[in-house]
Amino acid sequence: MNEKTLSSFKGTDAQEKQLMEVIEKHRDQQGGLMPILQEAQGIYGYLPEEVQKMIADGLGISLSEVFGVATFYSQFSLTPKGKHRISVCLGTACYVKGSDKILEAVEKYLGIKSGECTPDGMFSIDSCRCVGACGLAPVMLVDEDVYGKCTPDQVKKILDSYLEKEGGNN
Amino acid sequence: MTIAELNKIRDEYADLVKVRKLVAEEGAKLAEKTGYRKQVLVCGGTGCTSSGSKKVVEALESELKKQGLDKEILVVKTGCFGLCALGPIMIVYPEGTFYSQATPEGVVRVVDEHLKNGNVVKELLYKETVHEDGSINPLSETAFYKKQKRIALRNCGVIDPEDIKEYIATDGYQALAKVLTEMTPDEVVQTLLDSGLRGRGGAGFPTGKKWMFAKGSQGDVKYVACNADEGDPGAFMDRSILEGDPHAIIEAMTIAGHTIGAHQGFIYVRAEYPVAVQRLKIALGQAREYGLLGKNILDSGFDFDIEIRLGAGAFVCGEETALMTSIEGNRGEPRPRPPFPAVKGLFGKPTLLNNVETYSNIPQIIRKGAEWYASMGTETSKGTKVFALGGKITNVGLVEVPMGTTLREIIEEIGGGIPNGKKFKAAQTGGPSGGCIPAQHIDTPIDYESLSAIGSMMGSGGLIIMDEDNCMVDVSKFYLNFTVDESCGKCTPCRVGTRRLCQYLEKITSGKGEMEDLDKIEELANHMKSSSLCALGQSAPNPVLSTIKYFKDEYIDHIQNKHCTAGVCKELLHYEIIADKCKGCTLCARNCPASAITGTVKQPHVIDVDKCIKCGVCESNCKFGAIIRK
Repeated sequence: MNEKTLSSFKGTDAQEKQLMEVIEKHRDQQGGLMPILQEAQGIYGYLPEEVQKMIADGLGISLSEVFGVATFYSQFSLTPKGKHRISVCLGTACYVKGSDKILEAVEKYLGIKSGECTPDGMFSIDSCRCVGACGLAPVMLVDEDVYGKCTPDQVKKILDSYLEKEGGNN
Repeated sequence: MTIAELNKIRDEYADLVKVRKLVAEEGAKLAEKTGYRKQVLVCGGTGCTSSGSKKVVEALESELKKQGLDKEILVVKTGCFGLCALGPIMIVYPEGTFYSQATPEGVVRVVDEHLKNGNVVKELLYKETVHEDGSINPLSETAFYKKQKRIALRNCGVIDPEDIKEYIATDGYQALAKVLTEMTPDEVVQTLLDSGLRGRGGAGFPTGKKWMFAKGSQGDVKYVACNADEGDPGAFMDRSILEGDPHAIIEAMTIAGHTIGAHQGFIYVRAEYPVAVQRLKIALGQAREYGLLGKNILDSGFDFDIEIRLGAGAFVCGEETALMTSIEGNRGEPRPRPPFPAVKGLFGKPTLLNNVETYSNIPQIIRKGAEWYASMGTETSKGTKVFALGGKITNVGLVEVPMGTTLREIIEEIGGGIPNGKKFKAAQTGGPSGGCIPAQHIDTPIDYESLSAIGSMMGSGGLIIMDEDNCMVDVSKFYLNFTVDESCGKCTPCRVGTRRLCQYLEKITSGKGEMEDLDKIEELANHMKSSSLCALGQSAPNPVLSTIKYFKDEYIDHIQNKHCTAGVCKELLHYEIIADKCKGCTLCARNCPASAITGTVKQPHVIDVDKCIKCGVCESNCKFGAIIRK
């Protein structure tokens, strides 16, 4: 795994206990690996090698099998995400309405590229393919909030509002 | 639950739902009988939720309570109405008045003036429903809805998808009752064959045949699966059906289970659709509670249950064999066919796999008969098709039309034309697997054969409209970038071919293209079509081939003249200041991130082409229209 995470893995005992329960729940289910990975990502926020190892051991399968599935699907992340996850929709409806310019504006403002996380861990950027809100194209999401009919010059204001919510510590 | 009990619920709730289909006096009379003077329907689909419909519902409910109206006025959260661009959407019955872009403040007015005192708040209505003389049209009379025929979407925007009783009230689960008591499995298959229903996922395989094969397969264990992995970007038909009418899918899958002899179903749905997943979970829970799923369904002795499996963001999993591999818990890679899923599918067992929209038609076909369904559409394509209309079109949203409707009718009449006075350039169907349809084919009737004949395909229903500001070379590069990302890597023609195709397109859009590249693209594309393992690779060249076919001039312009007419391909365009128009206000020079603009106050400015990074900030800031993009 060459994309070794910058911050070392800091899992708590409570998280591990939760993970073990999840593994137990799906152990006998046909094709249970996917649901386990989904729930594990819910617990830890991402799927570091340590977590994949626990799952492999728990299911009695090889780490490479777990790694293979975890890296196949774009929703599984092997690196931690920012406190606020930005995703810009690059689906067709958004793209023909200029969502690439939104992504550019976000990247420029935060000084990181899509797929990366800011050094302070506050924001991470991803592009996604269609959230189904095509009527509002172009669309940007920050966590669960949807910003529709977005323009590049709104980006700064939108992102700043999340910093303000953090109490101006940044 | 027995069938008699099912009928009792239907009769009890039928009027309540029927009010939403009748307008004016007739509806008002019926409304009185139901105990609710008025019903307010608010869209709770993803589109309207994103525009804030939750807050609208909260404001509505709290205001009604405050005014003491909550016992006489019913608030219903429905699925998608279709006109997503105007969300959040709110309709008041029995008048059928259509409030668009509702806000919590507006809702307070509607409660006060309309719901309480009977005066419709005209300025908050969708403007197309208000006539000059002040009279108001119901929604069904607007251009957007008039030409539509809603079969698959019949309950979307009509019933509360989180209340099974409302589905039962619209004859829900009656088809299942009929199949369990009056029909043999062979009769069900024959009905589907006679109806002419074809797979709505895109390929158009006759549904009845699929069921016949699955039924004929030998095996003690069989499965029924539903493909709800709607990955085509810009398409949201299946999402809307799952959000607006989840029980239709459950009913159809149960019918399928009884017909082919399966007791377990799987719905594979994208994790990107949280609202749809939530509604499905609620619907499954209610169906079990009412004895319409699980052991001894409708007291018939038949057992069937359904499990939801979430995807994790892989487009290829929409391909049937990849989808099954993914449900099995593996990397979602496709496998060669044959054996087809009907013979050897999920976990190696015979499996019947249909798409969401296909399933949603089935209970109605069983109830109303094959002739009814076959009476709609064209010779070879029966029934209706749902399209997600998006891109450069006024009425962005969800439409359902009879097969054979022309593109022109959809774009100009239902879609309300192209906004901002721009010209129609092309329609794209079938997403990354489909092709572009140019203006000269705008009168093509929409059916499986006609669309294939002009180099596109029906696809799952994404319909993206493009205008003169869209560069067709850039659009095909966009799709190829998508397939490069989403190719699973299992077979070489797709893994390497998509990347090579994309490189040619990058070469052309950056002004380095050569004429012979076009021939190389075609040769490579044909190899990919014939030798890729699954439909993803076989159809990945379609966007390029169809744009070369219809917009070859545009490719040649990029290659020979290093020019992009639409002004999209960054490396081919430059910005210029028209000296006559420039007032020397210095705004552009101050805002230029690359300090590429120079000039003194009140004198025309100049852009240094070598320094310019083509960001366009100057053009959007100039108040005098002095900066042009060439």
